[in-house]
Amino acid sequence: MAKIEVNKEKCKACELCLAACPLGLLRMSREFNSFGDHYCEQPDSSKCTGCTLCAIMCPDMVITVYK
Amino acid sequence: MEKVFGIPEGMNDKKTAFCPGCTHMTAYRLIVECLNELGERDNAILCRPIGCSLNADGSFDIHTIQSMHGRASAVATGVSRMNPTKTVMSYQGDGDAISIGVAETLYAANRGEKMTAIVINNQIYGMTGGQMSPTTLIGQRSTTGVRRADDTGYPLRFAEWLGQLEAPGYVARAALYTPKDIMQAKKFLLKALRCQKELGRYSYIEFLSFCPTNWGVQPKDCLKYCQENVLPVFPVGEFKSCF
Ligand code: SF4
Ligand code: SF4
Repeated sequence: MAKIEVNKEKCKACELCLAACPLGLLRMSREFNSFGDHYCEQPDSSKCTGCTLCAIMCPDMVITVYK
Repeated sequence: MEKVFGIPEGMNDKKTAFCPGCTHMTAYRLIVECLNELGERDNAILCRPIGCSLNADGSFDIHTIQSMHGRASAVATGVSRMNPTKTVMSYQGDGDAISIGVAETLYAANRGEKMTAIVINNQIYGMTGGQMSPTTLIGQRSTTGVRRADDTGYPLRFAEWLGQLEAPGYVARAALYTPKDIMQAKKFLLKALRCQKELGRYSYIEFLSFCPTNWGVQPKDCLKYCQENVLPVFPVGEFKSCF
């Protein structure tokens, strides 16, 4: 059991985290945050291993990982 | 569920002014995490010049001092000599540390000042507007021209250069390109800071960083760009180690 939490407003839509997840669990949202950016989201947390690689990659510390 | 990764103690939720995909903030996070691990955050002083480094202002809790463009190592020398018990760091970009302030950076290393010089090498000037820097690659475009060896010379491998000097205790280059690189970068930075704290010696660490805006490369394409163009010129590794 693991999941990530994304601080939508802080995300800058660089997409670096998408490539970092070994399981490809992340995608960009269709909606925008108040800065006009798409933000990272994890549509299904059931496969997340809590490896933290996405959070290590995110330069802006948008992602918090729980395990 | 338990939190296994989050914003480290000593950093906050502020959205910084860095461009999307810029890995400067990764370097800041590593600095704060390493200082936390060493119990030195309250005892540390970070000397910064002019440049993108200032975009992080307000997001971290370390004492800082501002210097003239390029002169962070000179200011760090003074701070370190007057405060021998403090952990003193300089934080500069490649244009700042290796061009504008190359004399200050080089001679602080050659004197073996008790400090850690941290240089963000993204092969271009950032905040000042994408001009050519001493580490700009052959054939790379900048706002001041395309680098040609017969005109502006070759990219300067500063870490290799400092690695040959007597005085520095630790000299390394790490990349901030992938999670694995970032974990290795943290190990190197921890060694650099321990070299200063435990042995009182000079250490230098260069972080290869993304600058999508001034390169004109999408952040998601930066990794491939760097593997093809940057890593062959600037290899990652330790060039001198006192451990
Ligand atoms: S914690 Fe690991 S498995 Fe979960 S989304 Fe992040 S990278 Fe993917
Ligand atoms: S979560 Fe971080 S790495 Fe992912 S798109 Fe947003 S800012 Fe970029």
